[in-house]
Amino acid sequence: MASSAPDRGGAFDRAGGASPWRSALATLARDRSAMAGLAILAALAVIALAAPYVAPYDPRAQPDIVTLKYLPPTLAHPFGTDQLSRDVLSRIIFGSRVSLSVAFLGVAVAVTVGTGYGAIAGYLGGKLDGFMMRVVDALLSIPRVLLLIAVATLWNGLELAGLVLLLGLTGWFGVSRLVRTLVLSAREDEFVTAARALGATHTRILIHHILPQVVSPVLVAATLAIGNVIVMEAGLTFLGMGVRPPNASWGSIVYDGRDVAAAWWISISGGAALVITVLAVNLLADGLREALNARQLPAR
Amino acid sequence: MRRFLARRLAHGAAVIFIAASLSFLLVHLAPGDPFSTTLDSVSINPSVKAAWRAAYGLDRPLLEQYFRFLGQLARGNLGPSLLQPGPASTALADAVPNTLLLMGTALVLSFVIGIGVGSWQAARAGSRGDRAAGNVSLVVASLPEFWLAAVLLLVFAYRFRVFPAAGVVDLVMHDSLSPAGRLLDRLRHLALPALTLSLLGSASIARYQRAALLDVLPQDFIRTARAKGVTDRLVLWRHALRNALVPTIVLLGLSLPTLLGGAVFVEQVFSWPGLGRLAAAAFHARDYQVVIGATIMGAVLVVVGGILADLLHAAVDPRVRAQ
Repeated sequence: MASSAPDRGGAFDRAGGASPWRSALATLARDRSAMAGLAILAALAVIALAAPYVAPYDPRAQPDIVTLKYLPPTLAHPFGTDQLSRDVLSRIIFGSRVSLSVAFLGVAVAVTVGTGYGAIAGYLGGKLDGFMMRVVDALLSIPRVLLLIAVATLWNGLELAGLVLLLGLTGWFGVSRLVRTLVLSAREDEFVTAARALGATHTRILIHHILPQVVSPVLVAATLAIGNVIVMEAGLTFLGMGVRPPNASWGSIVYDGRDVAAAWWISISGGAALVITVLAVNLLADGLREALNARQLPAR
Repeated sequence: MRRFLARRLAHGAAVIFIAASLSFLLVHLAPGDPFSTTLDSVSINPSVKAAWRAAYGLDRPLLEQYFRFLGQLARGNLGPSLLQPGPASTALADAVPNTLLLMGTALVLSFVIGIGVGSWQAARAGSRGDRAAGNVSLVVASLPEFWLAAVLLLVFAYRFRVFPAAGVVDLVMHDSLSPAGRLLDRLRHLALPALTLSLLGSASIARYQRAALLDVLPQDFIRTARAKGVTDRLVLWRHALRNALVPTIVLLGLSLPTLLGGAVFVEQVFSWPGLGRLAAAAFHARDYQVVIGATIMGAVLVVVGGILADLLHAAVDPRVRAQ
């Protein structure tokens, strides 16, 4: 009898792709370059987590700073050694921990602050919204790099936590604008009116009915932001204002190689790590946008 | 149109006011002051330092300093630079033209190259050439500007000594050159910094322009033009490109903060005496007036550029003018 057959699909058979998230995921899985980007990022994350097992040498070991410094790439040192005879490959592997986690956490701070600020402005509307958005306009019109350099030099010698906070607190302006626009249009949705008529509180409406609509555009923006922040942190570190020794990010490695006449491979390796990561992030972000766009973003 | 412009100007003034207040607050909230950093190592009698602070009004309550700052700013007066002789505005006036030259060149080059490459790609979308150009622009757009600057410096200034490594002009030779020689000298110094910024800029503009054209090409008026027997080339350049330029011009205004940010890094690598380099030096020395002035100038550049982009938008798009 048919009724005794096990119900494999469950009560809600989703084979047809009923959930928007599922179909977005399916679209993403078919996008070959997005998957390549995701694979590269996953590999980088694994390498960062397993750094002590993957790295051929101790990244801080200086075996012989006279005879072993500035060794060009060989089999023993695929990316050569630096001015203190440290193995560049090992330094890049350990540097990925700093570069990736600083960027990831910085973007997390930025997204949290930006979503909160934008949601409040968009939901409350009126004069407060106008004022809050003027402030964001002003913050956006100061180049972020200038703000970063200002804070990094004025508060001389930021710890890693301070750097994360700085990157987060200078990164939320764009997110807040995006969220505010989305909230502004979501606020007018009929089911929001219905929820209000049913007596839902503002907090409930905001969290249960409005914010879920913001998730996918913010996800795309956050992915792109990670690539941006990795580069910004590296740039700041390159100028001597970001990550400081003994910590080292990829920016520190490019900085170590600034004496390019002596050794070109240090700068090039550090930069290549940056480029590959940013490229992977951009590929993934492009794919995410394609996969989520049609369903979620309001038509332009 | 006039009302739009008036509103845009008022908005811009508000933005600059907020940016000025924020930079004032930032500078004064930071630990230390101009007389605590550089001079700490030197044994200077504390009473002398106190006298200096009093002379610059740094001992007054913060709110009083803020209102005095605003009053001075309204008269266009930033106050004396604490680092170098003369008012802060002189230091800024020396730096801003260099940054404008660099940014202007980069902006023009990146839009010309970007629109050209993007349109070329859109005209043969899906072909091997389109895909190759797409891959190249994706990679170039992912390059960190400070790193690209360093690599170009390494290759073209150190390895092959084609271009000078630093500065705006040759400090020794420039004054003794003929007018044509001076121009050439300037261009040679400008080449690498401008190339760095325009490579990165044109890559992202090309991606944008290609997408904008592909949005326009399937539309009805393009089909009509084709049906009338207009050649492919003319359809592309006369009919499609005009419409596809609109989103790209909007991008022009939006890309200014990024471009200025990129210029800050590039100025550091190529020792280009512009706003970014001045700001970095002033931050180090806690030269309050120059720091605030540089931040305000950055905001002014972005705001004015944005308004110009809006005007340009109105010039190309009659729908905007009609509003």
